[in-house]
Amino acid sequence: MSGFDSYGEGVPGVALDDLSGWLIVVEGTDGVGRTTHIGRLRAHLEKLGYAVAETGLLRSDLASRGIHRAKMGNTLGSNAFNLFYATDFADRLQQQIVPALRSGFVMLTDRYVYSLIARAIVRGADSDWIKKVYSFALRPDAVFYLRIDVKPLVPRVLADGGFDYWESGMDLPMGEDLYESFIEYQRRLIAELDTLAREYSFQTIDATRPVDELSEDLCERVTQLLTKPRPAPALRPA
Amino acid sequence: MTHVETYGQIRNGHPGRLFIVEGIDGSGKSTQLTLLAQWLRSQGHLVVFSEWNSSPIVRATTARGKKRRLLTPLTFSLIHATDFSDRVERDIVPALKAGAIVLADRYVYTAFARDVARGCDRGWVRSLYRFATVPTMAIYFRVPLETALHRILSGRPRLKWYEAGMDLNLHPEVTESYKLFQARIQAEYERIVPEFGLEVMDATRPVEVQQRLLRQMVTPLLAPASSRSQEVHS
Repeated sequence: MSGFDSYGEGVPGVALDDLSGWLIVVEGTDGVGRTTHIGRLRAHLEKLGYAVAETGLLRSDLASRGIHRAKMGNTLGSNAFNLFYATDFADRLQQQIVPALRSGFVMLTDRYVYSLIARAIVRGADSDWIKKVYSFALRPDAVFYLRIDVKPLVPRVLADGGFDYWESGMDLPMGEDLYESFIEYQRRLIAELDTLAREYSFQTIDATRPVDELSEDLCERVTQLLTKPRPAPALRPA
Repeated sequence: MTHVETYGQIRNGHPGRLFIVEGIDGSGKSTQLTLLAQWLRSQGHLVVFSEWNSSPIVRATTARGKKRRLLTPLTFSLIHATDFSDRVERDIVPALKAGAIVLADRYVYTAFARDVARGCDRGWVRSLYRFATVPTMAIYFRVPLETALHRILSGRPRLKWYEAGMDLNLHPEVTESYKLFQARIQAEYERIVPEFGLEVMDATRPVEVQQRLLRQMVTPLLAPASSRSQEVHS
């Protein structure tokens, strides 16, 4: 069984039923260790002989530069930012994800629409609306959610270069204090991801576990997924 | 179908007024809107002009996408929605709050017509623009396709790639592709007019006749003279 399904009407002009690869999403907030685990997962899969490709937020040819520029000045309206991110995602979906799946690759995606939906909702976007905007997205084969609470997240972020302006929600009216703002913003973001985890049937993984143990678990889960026959699109996680 | 997440829910609760013109290229809508702006200004109104595709931050990305032909129907739609959203947040809504008469040459209906002509889903495009304020009045300039094509093709020979719908592979020749694409857009407009209650202007009538009608349509909807007093003596 091959072929992909989308959450809504799909991508205009793109057939989804001839796609044969796997779309694997790793979700989780900033600093949780997604990059490390995706790197290890990739090495593991390539050792097994799978062709692997990767993508992540703001890696589109079309819009990434414009978004970076807009972020530097903080001059774009909040709703416009939401749509700019959607543009970046749509470009990557069509230029990176779909071609890789068509060629039978395992596409590892460092955050997907869920992080984008969560950041928009935290910034006041209507939840039904932003989900509808992203309804052209493909349903992934699996979403692994590396979950962490704010408290254990703090030392990791500090060790990793400190609090980022945007990842601390400094564009939101949550006070001038970077630390306080980070805590509040991440608390809301994680709560939103938790809600999405239930709604979209994520496989939640406790990200405070030792790195090697978590990594082994993740590789095992993905290997099982790839060796099992693919269920029909309708039977996949919502 | 009235979903909360679709266009048409955000009413203008501000003192300003929003008038918009729509129609295919060559329908004469821009000429009429410019004349209307001059007249409103001469009457002492505070007038703000808003054009499609004018947000400085997003413009660079749109230009890059067009120049390098990176845009698909989906990203074409989304980047224009991004641009439009920025305009709404930063130009249109503040001007309406300030009590201005905002005149827009093209509005959400351009996206509804053009993006659907490109293959985007009708319902999806309408919900994409949920954030947009419903205008005080929207006027559709209806003109036979041949008339509009003649005006455009006799006056301006070089058509741009996306403008001609070349991304859709309708026809290998630019002019022919443009004609087919405009026909699709026009068909979508005809669907939009009753759906959203656009006023229709017979754009085959003489320019001055259309302008007289346009002024008559707009006048009863203008704010009471408060916005004039500040400018009338300046």
